[in-house]
Amino acid sequence: MTDAPAAPPGPSPELGAESAAERLARWQRAGGIVAPVMTAVLAFLVGGLVVLATGSNPLRVYQGIWNGTGLEWFSQVGSYRVGLPFSDAEVWFPWDPGSRAAENLQQTLLLTATLVLTGLAVAFAFRCGLFNIGGQGQYFAGAYFSIWIGSSFAGMSSLPHILLALVVAGLAGAVWAGIAGVLKATVGAHEVITTIMLNWVAYFTGLYLFGQGGPLQNEEQVFSPTSNEVVESARLPVFWGDPLLQGLHVGFFLALAALVVFWIVISRTTLGYQVRAVGFNPEAARYGGISVARNYFLAMAISGVFAGLAGAIDMLGWRFSIGFSDIQSSTIGFVGIAVALLGRNTALGVGLAALVFGALVNGTATRNIPPDVFPIPEQAGNLSLTIQALVLLFIGADILILYLWARTGRLLGFGRRAAR
Amino acid sequence: MTDGSTVLELRGITKQFPGVLANDRIDFDLRKGEVHALLGENGAGKSTLMNILYGLYQPDEGEILIGGRPVRIHSPREAIERGIGMVHQHFMLIPVMTVAENIVLASEPTKAGIVLDYAAARMRVEAIAAQFNFVIDPDARVESISVGQQQRVEILKALYRRADVLILDEPTAVLTPQEAEELFAILRSLVREGVSIIFISHKLNEVLQIADRITVLRRGRKIDTLPAAGATEEGLARLMVGREVLLRVDKAPATPGEALLEVEDLHVLDDRGLPAVRGVTFQVHAGEIVGIAGVDGNGQTELVEALTGLRPVEAGRFLIGGVDVTGAGTHRILDAGVGHIPEDRQRRGLVLEFTLAENLALHDFDKPPNARFGWLRPGRMVARARRILEEFDVRGGGPQTLAKALSGGNQQKVVVAREVSADPRLLVAAQPTRGLDVGAIEFVHRRLVEERDEGRAVLLVSLELDEIVSLADRILVMYEGEIVGEYAAGTSEQVLGIAMLGGTREEATAA
Repeated sequence: MTDAPAAPPGPSPELGAESAAERLARWQRAGGIVAPVMTAVLAFLVGGLVVLATGSNPLRVYQGIWNGTGLEWFSQVGSYRVGLPFSDAEVWFPWDPGSRAAENLQQTLLLTATLVLTGLAVAFAFRCGLFNIGGQGQYFAGAYFSIWIGSSFAGMSSLPHILLALVVAGLAGAVWAGIAGVLKATVGAHEVITTIMLNWVAYFTGLYLFGQGGPLQNEEQVFSPTSNEVVESARLPVFWGDPLLQGLHVGFFLALAALVVFWIVISRTTLGYQVRAVGFNPEAARYGGISVARNYFLAMAISGVFAGLAGAIDMLGWRFSIGFSDIQSSTIGFVGIAVALLGRNTALGVGLAALVFGALVNGTATRNIPPDVFPIPEQAGNLSLTIQALVLLFIGADILILYLWARTGRLLGFGRRAAR
Repeated sequence: MTDGSTVLELRGITKQFPGVLANDRIDFDLRKGEVHALLGENGAGKSTLMNILYGLYQPDEGEILIGGRPVRIHSPREAIERGIGMVHQHFMLIPVMTVAENIVLASEPTKAGIVLDYAAARMRVEAIAAQFNFVIDPDARVESISVGQQQRVEILKALYRRADVLILDEPTAVLTPQEAEELFAILRSLVREGVSIIFISHKLNEVLQIADRITVLRRGRKIDTLPAAGATEEGLARLMVGREVLLRVDKAPATPGEALLEVEDLHVLDDRGLPAVRGVTFQVHAGEIVGIAGVDGNGQTELVEALTGLRPVEAGRFLIGGVDVTGAGTHRILDAGVGHIPEDRQRRGLVLEFTLAENLALHDFDKPPNARFGWLRPGRMVARARRILEEFDVRGGGPQTLAKALSGGNQQKVVVAREVSADPRLLVAAQPTRGLDVGAIEFVHRRLVEERDEGRAVLLVSLELDEIVSLADRILVMYEGEIVGEYAAGTSEQVLGIAMLGGTREEATAA
């Protein structure tokens, strides 16, 4: 038997392993940005093919959508004077706050704000390993209670009235989601099933409350059933645009703050640590002395707060009443699922994904598409749904997209170089 | 038997993965009718080399010769056609089908080209089993037979496809000592029939026991090929690790103190609600290691889970440091001073998607220095983690590395580091060296003895009999949920082996 030869020259395998680990981490970080972007790009490409198949010109359609989103506003740089909101002061500003594009952008951001909140409602539960399909029901719960508070207490001063309505709406969402959380934590009922059921309960409760002869129906409009109007003191102030024409209200800042709160809670609190531990590996969390059941409940309840607030800012910000048909046609809670998935359940990702979906939905709104692009305007809305569906489809194919990316990289000779 | 002719040869095989040179110009040859062991630590490149031979990877450089002719193998199907069969660590059997059905799957005899001719399949399986001296019931369903028998089905599957080269990937990892002996008997009879075997392992004793020649890999390179005759465990360990390794644990006699764990007539149910632990009573004192030996599935897992609050106690009680903590829940039991190295580090011991710093904080993420008033303090968490990782010599990443990026050995070091650095009074170690290589095993063993010497009580549960024998100061044997015997340190493995299989104490003592 021979003696062991000296260790081979070159980097030790430990060093090699470390750099391999770092590569893996970098790869995942890169994938974290690349995959959603490619997902969105692919969805729009395939959507374009669909448009082509219907005989329209995809480039013109996307041009129309882009104009409708109002995002072109940022490219229209000039020199303007604007009045600061809620004061008499005027300052210089590089963009025209009163242009047509500005009006479109206000509508896009109005939708974005709500989508941020319904997206966070899905994302927070997701970080705890729960799939909250109940954003729509929790949105309804928040909407109903904010309408109820907002249309009552007419004599109240504005700030307390608004805060009261927001808090009650957030709690309503928390309770509604918390029901599913309790059921999951105690008897193990699957949250997908229970939240879907709760969606329907919320839906039919709304139809009853605000429908024909319902206890909260507006008594002056008997034939088109709707709720009472939110009184002036409970309406969210508009800081950009015309308050009478759905200008952008301060709920937008509430949504931005919610993104920050989400990030802080998830990454900087012991609660967030527990939620993530349970989400990644409930077995290990239990072993570590973390109560899995308690975190299931808390994560659902906190998700519900986000969705409840989404309902509240819509009602207090620009809808001011909820009608029978509004309840029937509302899907914003479900779009939140797509927002969270595209945004990979992170704060920054949800913010950007909400902007993408807000722009898409607003850009394809019938009024924004010139009639010569789509002979039948409803086609635009269907295109919007198609693209949303494609995004969801491609998110499921995340791995495939990363694989394709790696393959093309290798074909171009990057992979080899990276390996050395 | 060996006639010396070479059946296959690998020449200069090189395989590069991003960041890792997995195989670096490796030469390997297999003679007819020999058992050639491929020995190396985890990550030494054994599996990569065999996956290349089996057609799962393509080598960057080098060639494969079968019967002296260079060939390219693009897929396992091609490997099988060339007479190469592989038995993986995780079996690829269909549980609800019978042994015969599994064996003939994908090349089954048929009636009229479409219907399985079960009688013919059964006959062929019996013929092969007879030829190679296998004892197996072709009509048994795979889900109802033991792991050892399932492994035999895998081997028969390869033989049925006319494999004359058999690759076995860590075949004894899932077997009891007795089953391993049976496997070796089977391998010897295969060799007599002219089959050549490549035996992948990192266990030194069994390599010496079964192999004719041994090739040692380290860090992707071939270190040496040597005949098993004349080789020693110490010599092989040095080749594998590249330095002297202490195989036997050096320890002074125990000086037991007060009882830190007292278990009294404990009853625990398993997942199906059947009794798994049936009236167990024992004590573990400060400054001693108590080993629990037993064949897998005799209640050890449930016992450990009950003692750590992860499983409810049906009857009886247990005290830690004199305090009754029966049914107290994991959090309170950990706070009472229990460290727990869990049986399955990937499923339970680590959150693989967490960083090492977060994993090290798993029990005390909500206490200083990791947190204050509910707020995490990532800076302090990382600083503390860096200290611990250094002390326990965890390699392959820093505090910010994700746990899943580490090798199995280093992952286990992280678990051990967390449990030991919390300064527990009682350390419960379940299978602490499962799947680890020699160097890491040495580390864990040394650490457990150090903890004992510092006055902690250590409860060691292991399926590796030699681990129990070399570490424990007292040995308890568990069989069907009961403790069937207590033995002193240094009891022979034969005696314990009989007790583990339910033999009486007299039988065990007689052996």
